[in-house]
Amino acid sequence: MESKCKCGSKTSQVAVDPLYSPMEGTIVRTKMMTENEKFFEIKLEGGKPLGHMPGQFAQFSIFGIGEAPISISSSPTKKDNSTFEICVRKAGTFTGALHKLGEGDKVGVRGPFGKPFPVDEMKGNDLIFVAGGLGIVPLRSLINFVIDRRRDFGAITVLLGCKAPKDRLFTNEIAAWEKMTDISYACTVDRADPEWKGNVGVITTLIPGVDIDINRTYAVVVGPPIMYRFVIAELLKKDLPEKQIVISLERRMKCGLGKCGHCQINGKYVCQDGPTFTYDEVKGLEEAL
Amino acid sequence: MRYLYLAKKDLGPFVDSLMKNYKVVAPTKKENLFVFAEIENADEISLDYIPTIVPPKKYFFPQKEKLGSFNLGDVKMTETSIEMTPTVIFAAHTCDIDGMECLDHVFSTSPADPYYMRRKKSIVVIGYECMKPCDKHATCVTMDTHVPKAGYDIMITDAKDKYVIHINSTKGDEIIKGNKLFKEVDGEAKALLKELREEKKKNFNVNLTAKFRELEGIFEKSYKSKVWEDVGKRCVSCGNCTAVCPTCYCFDMYDKVDLDLTKGTRERMWDSCQLEEFAEVAGGENFREERSSRQRHRYYRKFDYPVKKFNKFFCTGCGRCTRSCVADIKLSETVNDLTKECKGE
Repeated sequence: MESKCKCGSKTSQVAVDPLYSPMEGTIVRTKMMTENEKFFEIKLEGGKPLGHMPGQFAQFSIFGIGEAPISISSSPTKKDNSTFEICVRKAGTFTGALHKLGEGDKVGVRGPFGKPFPVDEMKGNDLIFVAGGLGIVPLRSLINFVIDRRRDFGAITVLLGCKAPKDRLFTNEIAAWEKMTDISYACTVDRADPEWKGNVGVITTLIPGVDIDINRTYAVVVGPPIMYRFVIAELLKKDLPEKQIVISLERRMKCGLGKCGHCQINGKYVCQDGPTFTYDEVKGLEEAL
Repeated sequence: MRYLYLAKKDLGPFVDSLMKNYKVVAPTKKENLFVFAEIENADEISLDYIPTIVPPKKYFFPQKEKLGSFNLGDVKMTETSIEMTPTVIFAAHTCDIDGMECLDHVFSTSPADPYYMRRKKSIVVIGYECMKPCDKHATCVTMDTHVPKAGYDIMITDAKDKYVIHINSTKGDEIIKGNKLFKEVDGEAKALLKELREEKKKNFNVNLTAKFRELEGIFEKSYKSKVWEDVGKRCVSCGNCTAVCPTCYCFDMYDKVDLDLTKGTRERMWDSCQLEEFAEVAGGENFREERSSRQRHRYYRKFDYPVKKFNKFFCTGCGRCTRSCVADIKLSETVNDLTKECKGE
């Protein structure tokens, strides 16, 4: 803007706090997990830990393309905490560009943002993890966190659902969970293929089979919007209290700082008040589910 | 807190004195409407104005703003700075000053917005109190924004034969200091203002049927009202209402790459919750797909959500959304319909 008045000379360039400037992340390992989902292990400068907790997300940046919010998939208890992991579905311009990056490439990182899963409240409880589709990505952070702090928690049940066997993510890791004696595990697919020997059907069909001690169980549910309604209804049928049902919501986000308005659900900003919520926090919010 | 008098003929010289140290922006006439724009001399100011097309919010939170510069291929910004000129916003109405206070709540809440905070530091706010109602769309009396409360350095009130000047900050004091145009007064100015405002009250229209204190309860009961369907049916999702609102602050972020393809800037630009893709996520799911739900969202962002968060209504009663609506959606009509429904009339 050109200044017309006599004070024109007083116009100055002033530096402001680089709140929106990303940190430098280097991709140290990648793996295509399915046709559309790619795994990235990322190291910040100097191997500085991201400092996240399970359930949080970060804004990833490629200059010239933009930014996108992505959940962190690794646990902060991971042995080598100089790196963290994400798993990204190719769904648009940004994720398409991210998919083209490989080992040694740089990516910008802002965060971590958001309210983590309530790990402290969950201590001393049995845990049921219900993951639909990509929901396993943020849940994996929490499941590995719980496995690393196994003594603090009671019985652990992992229920997984996806469209088809080929869509399953983290198959090796999940096969290892399956073998652990202290984890109950079940998986179902909407559509089987000829080799599939497991369950077929929607994820809600797995819930009636789970024995729930309603006084000390937390269910953590992450998946596509449609899944929440049905899974939560099943859990409520078992009389699990609303505040013991934890979900994570996906919204469009631009700033991650509670300002830009895109992620707003009624009066709440998902980027700051969420993305994790207990069901009693969101059940009155018409726009939540 | 200090009160002074300024002779009517001395307002121009006062503005001239401001221009020595500041860029002065003020309401000016643009065709049959008004805009806040930089002035070169005091004659350009239109003191007798109805709310400008866009509120002076643009000086704190520009329509488009650079967040930082980058080199393509890098991941860190090369610089994050803004261009700033010490600026006086001259003759802002009390409704717009209230809008500035709303923005301040949002942008100073942790994590504070560094761009807004820096701009705020360089801006002096000189208000000009409306003494006559602007048009039938204003709801400032109900929103209690028609009289000066806070948020300004200096307030000018027309007292017929002279101006009453209220100094509300040390910044305001510094600006006036040593200026011989102003005449010191004490107690009598306060009494005079009280009298003027009593008289003003008689002239101002009240366009909302609900009282200030009733609004919160009305909105608490109106989420599922049929009024939203009616409003949604008329709305064309153009986003005019949010573009002109003094308290709308949603923005989009995007990268702009220079033609040489070596560098660029990351920017933000005002966005609108009324646009269809505003709440749409990568998979195509849209959490406010219907126009009725987007309109309701806008109203709740004025009359409900911020009241719960900041104990402040984010409607200043300026009437801009109504004046700019191409589908003839009137804020007073919507709120009055909700009120009627709630009261079971």
